[in-house]
Amino acid sequence: MNSLIMQRRVAVALLLALTVGGFLILFDGHNPFAAYKVLFFESFLNYWGFSNTLVKASPMLLAGLAVIIPMRAGVFNIGGEGQIYIGGLFGAVFALAAPDLPAALGVPLIFLAAAIGGALWAAIPAYLKAYRGTNEVIVTLLMNFVAIHIVSYAVAGPLLAEGAPYPYSNEVAEAYRLPIVMPRSDAHAGFVFGLSMALILYFWLRFTPSGFQLDLVGRNARAAAYAGVDQKKTIIRAMLIGGSLAGMAGAIEVIGLKYRLFHLFSDGYGYDGIVVAFLAALNPIVAPLTALFLAGLSAGAGTMQRAIGVDSSVIEVVEGLVVVFVAAALVAPRNSSKPILKNLLIGGLFGRQKHSKKKEA
Amino acid sequence: MVDLVLLGDVLAGTARLGTPIAFAALGGVIAERSGLYNIGLEGQILAGALGAAAGSFATGSALIGLGCGVICGLLSGLFLGYMSIRLRINQLVGGIALNLLLAGLTAFLSRQIFGAQAGGARVEGFTQIRIPLLSDIPVLGPSLFSQDPLFYLLIGIAVLAWYWLMKSHKGLDLRAVGENPKAADLAGVPVFRLQYLAISISGALAALAGAHLVLSQVYVFAEGMSAGKGFIALAAIILGRWSPIGAVCAALFFGFCDAAQFKLQFSSPEVPYQLFLILPYIASLIALVILGAKASAPASVGLPYDREHR
Repeated sequence: MNSLIMQRRVAVALLLALTVGGFLILFDGHNPFAAYKVLFFESFLNYWGFSNTLVKASPMLLAGLAVIIPMRAGVFNIGGEGQIYIGGLFGAVFALAAPDLPAALGVPLIFLAAAIGGALWAAIPAYLKAYRGTNEVIVTLLMNFVAIHIVSYAVAGPLLAEGAPYPYSNEVAEAYRLPIVMPRSDAHAGFVFGLSMALILYFWLRFTPSGFQLDLVGRNARAAAYAGVDQKKTIIRAMLIGGSLAGMAGAIEVIGLKYRLFHLFSDGYGYDGIVVAFLAALNPIVAPLTALFLAGLSAGAGTMQRAIGVDSSVIEVVEGLVVVFVAAALVAPRNSSKPILKNLLIGGLFGRQKHSKKKEA
Repeated sequence: MVDLVLLGDVLAGTARLGTPIAFAALGGVIAERSGLYNIGLEGQILAGALGAAAGSFATGSALIGLGCGVICGLLSGLFLGYMSIRLRINQLVGGIALNLLLAGLTAFLSRQIFGAQAGGARVEGFTQIRIPLLSDIPVLGPSLFSQDPLFYLLIGIAVLAWYWLMKSHKGLDLRAVGENPKAADLAGVPVFRLQYLAISISGALAALAGAHLVLSQVYVFAEGMSAGKGFIALAAIILGRWSPIGAVCAALFFGFCDAAQFKLQFSSPEVPYQLFLILPYIASLIALVILGAKASAPASVGLPYDREHR
């Protein structure tokens, strides 16, 4: 499908979701325009608000890329959440075990440890998918819960800080903290890191043979096999990359924001990543924008509630609707310029979603 | 003697904690047997819970609450069916979207209905029914035969679902759709109608899980009260090998792990209770790997059926 048509459809789907959300705000007895104005103004145009948006956007962006890369190879990584947890655990354990390294060495090693953790966690579903044909969705989903419980065991047991009233670890060394990009706020360099990852991955997919192989396997496995692409290896490579990206998101939460490993430290960022990926129509270069948008929604929801009194759960509804509408829009017939509304209502009767999920030929 | 009391407690806990998982898992089995993934169980549990709480809150009758919950579940199932069958959205994406949507919507509506006060409004629920004679059996009696009515309903529905799916004509048609929709279609089986039926029943069963949480366990609606039960149910489907009875047994095993975990936290704090929380997931993963999913999963589950596609 033409990528321009695709992007336009996503935009219309977004507007629809916001419109339905607007009716809910109206139902709640408030002016939807005023509410949205506060929401977007506070999360993008206000200094403190934007710093909050950036803080949320960094794990969302990496988690989104962790969905995009495997999905381009035809593998659905729902395991971002678990990979974030294991990555955070590995990063934190490394940081706590080696507190005296110079930052220039220590921080990259923490990222590496987290990436290895996430990749290891993703390797299990990847291997099962490639060699046993086991459904990766179920495996990654189940492994998320295992990862969360492992971290909550770790911070309540071996890593528990002395005298901690709540399960959390000791603080990591001050030298390892990520630099702050907006003075006096919490906004750390995590988003910049994610942005560079998005660029690298975009060029990798677009201009390198191995990146092209990934796309080929996702788009047409049989053609890929004819072309001599090793499908199993490609799937595993895609998942390992995805897992390491999510793992690094975990490290960013630890050394960028909380400086400790906490029980339940990721607030569903792995699942937000799925929304980010779909909104970006699986294009890494668009993911930073969609991550910012989604982060802005969720950071602004609280402000909106405090300022106007609109219930912040409206925004959760909008997020769900965004996924529904965007998914419906992307299923719509290929090479067709039918209006999106019609497609949404009548359904994409002639398109095979397996193919039309991918963008650009 | 102390151990017997403990065992009885854990058994009672098993039935109580396993029931919602079992309802949702039954729903999942029926949907997957018709060729549709229902990843939206988690959200549908919330829909059922909110419907049950609202119905019971408005009328003061737990039974009407139950009905309202089931209707909410049916509607959410129909919506998922519309996304999966008509729009042919990727079923996993559709389910995840439904979860997000219902998590937000139930939170929003509950604040509209019950007001914003913490704890929510207490609603009328079911009380335990002691079955004469059977409830006098030591250990087993107090734990398994003095449960709330929804536990007995679960047993009834499980047997009924097994009979319907495995022994009736309609069930055979439904399973045929899940295995090979094209062949079923050519044989004159109304593929889409059966899929809509299955996904609606699936939603209603997930809603019963939510109704059990509200009407038999805590008597109040809380945001996000499904707490991952819909996902555990997905595991129970696999562990139960896509059979209604198997899924219920798997769900009760998960309930047992949960009950044991609660007991352990108090009785022996030196054993990490997370071990028991992880156990259900590990068991399902091992089942998935060792027994192999391909052997018993419906062949066409997750693939949208397109009449005009060869």
